[in-house]
Amino acid sequence: MLSRVAESIYWMARYIERAENTARFVEVTLNLVLDQPMGVDQPWRPLINATGDDEVFDKSYEVADAESVTRFMAFDREYSNSVITALRNARENARSVRESLSSEAFEQINSLYHYVNSAAQAGTSPDSPTEFFDTIRQHCHLLTGIFDATMSHDIAWHFANMGRLLERADKTSRILDVKYFTLLPTVDSVGTAHDDLQWSSLLFSISGFEAYRRTHHMIRSESVVDFFLLHNEFPRSVLFCIENTETSLAAISGGSTDPRHARAAKLVAGVKDKLRGTGASQILRDGLHEFVDSLQQDMNEIGEAIKDTYFR
Amino acid sequence: MSVIHDPISFENYDSEGFFDELIEASGKPRPDAAPLVDVINRLPGGDLLRRQAAIERSLHRMGITFAVYGDSSGTEKIFPFDIVPRVVGWMMWRHIEAGLKQRIRALNLFIDDVYNEKAILNDGIVPRDLIEGASTYLEPCVGLKPPGGVWCHITGTDLIRDADGAVFVLEDNLRCPSGVSYVLQNRAVMKRNFPQVFATCKVRPVSDYPARLYNMLRSLATDRVAKPTVVVLTPGIYNSAYYEHSFLAHQMGVELVEGRDLVIKDGFVYMRTVEGPQRVDVIYRRVDDTFIDPAVFREDSVLGVKGLMDAYKNGNVALANAPGTGVADDKVVYCYVPDMIRYYLNEEPILPNVPTYICNREEDRKYVLAHLDELVVKPAGESGGYGMLIGPHSTAEQRAEFAVKIKQDPRNFIAQPTLSLSRMPTVIDGCLKGRHVDLRPYILHGKDIWVLPGGLTRVALREGSLVVNSSQGGGSKDTWVAAEPGHGEVDT
Repeated sequence: MLSRVAESIYWMARYIERAENTARFVEVTLNLVLDQPMGVDQPWRPLINATGDDEVFDKSYEVADAESVTRFMAFDREYSNSVITALRNARENARSVRESLSSEAFEQINSLYHYVNSAAQAGTSPDSPTEFFDTIRQHCHLLTGIFDATMSHDIAWHFANMGRLLERADKTSRILDVKYFTLLPTVDSVGTAHDDLQWSSLLFSISGFEAYRRTHHMIRSESVVDFFLLHNEFPRSVLFCIENTETSLAAISGGSTDPRHARAAKLVAGVKDKLRGTGASQILRDGLHEFVDSLQQDMNEIGEAIKDTYFR
Repeated sequence: MSVIHDPISFENYDSEGFFDELIEASGKPRPDAAPLVDVINRLPGGDLLRRQAAIERSLHRMGITFAVYGDSSGTEKIFPFDIVPRVVGWMMWRHIEAGLKQRIRALNLFIDDVYNEKAILNDGIVPRDLIEGASTYLEPCVGLKPPGGVWCHITGTDLIRDADGAVFVLEDNLRCPSGVSYVLQNRAVMKRNFPQVFATCKVRPVSDYPARLYNMLRSLATDRVAKPTVVVLTPGIYNSAYYEHSFLAHQMGVELVEGRDLVIKDGFVYMRTVEGPQRVDVIYRRVDDTFIDPAVFREDSVLGVKGLMDAYKNGNVALANAPGTGVADDKVVYCYVPDMIRYYLNEEPILPNVPTYICNREEDRKYVLAHLDELVVKPAGESGGYGMLIGPHSTAEQRAEFAVKIKQDPRNFIAQPTLSLSRMPTVIDGCLKGRHVDLRPYILHGKDIWVLPGGLTRVALREGSLVVNSSQGGGSKDTWVAAEPGHGEVDT
């Protein structure tokens, strides 16, 4: 398979996942605001800070509120990580390798892009933002299903799978990091309804609330961290993403003993071992933020290794 | 929305003095077309239109589109399709096939000659500076000796018929002729949506084109290579014929590559794959000559591969078509093709040229300038039907403009009488109307020459229009060549 085609498929999948995750970030924050007791700090500024793009935001928007942040993160065409930009990039990549995708997959990417594009062109925030983001999420579920069911799980599919999983692992750990930061438990708030609410909304953002309940029942910060990072069965958990990335990489190298495959495989195995060998309480003791930071660095390295091995 | 239509029939169809491909002047169908006409006449009301609509939907879904340069919406359009097929009798086809084979043999000999011995120039048959001064005469190709002396592996020759039904060659397309994907898809959608008409005629199949194309391309690799790797080189998704590049690569089961996927290493061509660099032995290049190698031709080209010409000259990769064929793909050089046939083959042309005036010749130029309102004037190097003057349809102002252009650059213009092109019944606004058509058969030249039975029939959809090109409002039809009695495979 041509390197250029593999690279386009990989990035198409990453951008779709990115769009979905950004939509989830905003959606969960919108939901949170609705249940906030009066007098509690609004979560918008921390969300912007979490993206790392607060400087970009501040150039064009005066205030961080529901409307401006929604507009920035969903519709801002100048912002490289907005939903519309990510979908545009996904679509461009898909177009250039259209023959490698099923026609249904291509049509669905197209239709998702047009949905968001029309909303963006309307110029104002959607009337019902939660409905809007919910629809995006549904579209993405549909796309995942189409990819899984209408494409042979061949090398092309595995590159898409890896792209999606690596992006998901990165964004999931990031969303945990952000929220945890803003949810820093104080002695007063631990165990309150307010605290529970914050954690619940975090779980909702990865569609994991029910799965979490089945595994852990009560909401405790330690269990939430465990669920987000170390659960190897829940599809949005970082460990799940890493283990399945390892499977796809193995499928791509096809059992070849050629040393060029070794670098990426070794890095992925390293992260897998790190996650398997750590407990949530350990992570919290040593510092969640530091752990997530190093995880993200590891994943950047994995991305670089994949690029060097397969896309040159 | 359901509208009751009157049944479509040929009853009131009038060929209006033009040579019609299906109907004689008397109004009776031609013998080869009679069963087809009968089936269509018997269709219940609305049936033909329904099938036409179903075909259009198929084409849209399949994404059989092309991009029109200069169209501001910048999007893709389906190449319009008309459901009434053209029927070519086997005897006429034999004549056409022989003429095409003869012509391509002569053209190959000509191209090989002008880049090597230049005998035809030395003997004064073709003016030297017409060739050596042409922008399409590529210096780096001088002295090249492609295997078997074949330069044009894939050719599309445009044919027309006049008021008497005689066949003329309008143009030779020797660089990157396109349209064969429409031929194949047209046949496929017809078989799917209108199968009953195939019982009316023993139609020769076209579906073996990709296999023959692949085998021809494969045969270009040197004998050193046991299992040659063939690729199709495309300029990319923004090229107007991209669909065809992708389709043919897919049908042949070969990779579709762009210039940036290829790299030269140790004098050989490699493509960048996930498994590492993989050697390429034959390239079906759908990139224009001057864009294929920035080290030798246009240095601003991003569509080519640096060092490709060297690899080619050293015999390490085969290119179809060879670079340099553009020298014969020129409307002025076209005028000399009958002379080439006589010179190289010692034969009379089987298929004549359309009578053509060469504006570079003083006599011709005088005539042309005095008769602009009767002639079709064409710039020598353009394609797609652009930049033409259609005398009888023009205004005095347009003619004056052209007169200036001709005087300023006479070498660049030729003129031909407006021919009474043949027509065909075409579905327009719910009934059958006559529209002008041409025919582009496709010829493959490897170790031997093979002509695809039929080709692309292009139809000018606008009433009275003679311009059939896709880029200017043309459409296409399925083209049937009737099998010789007792001969070979047919499509059922």
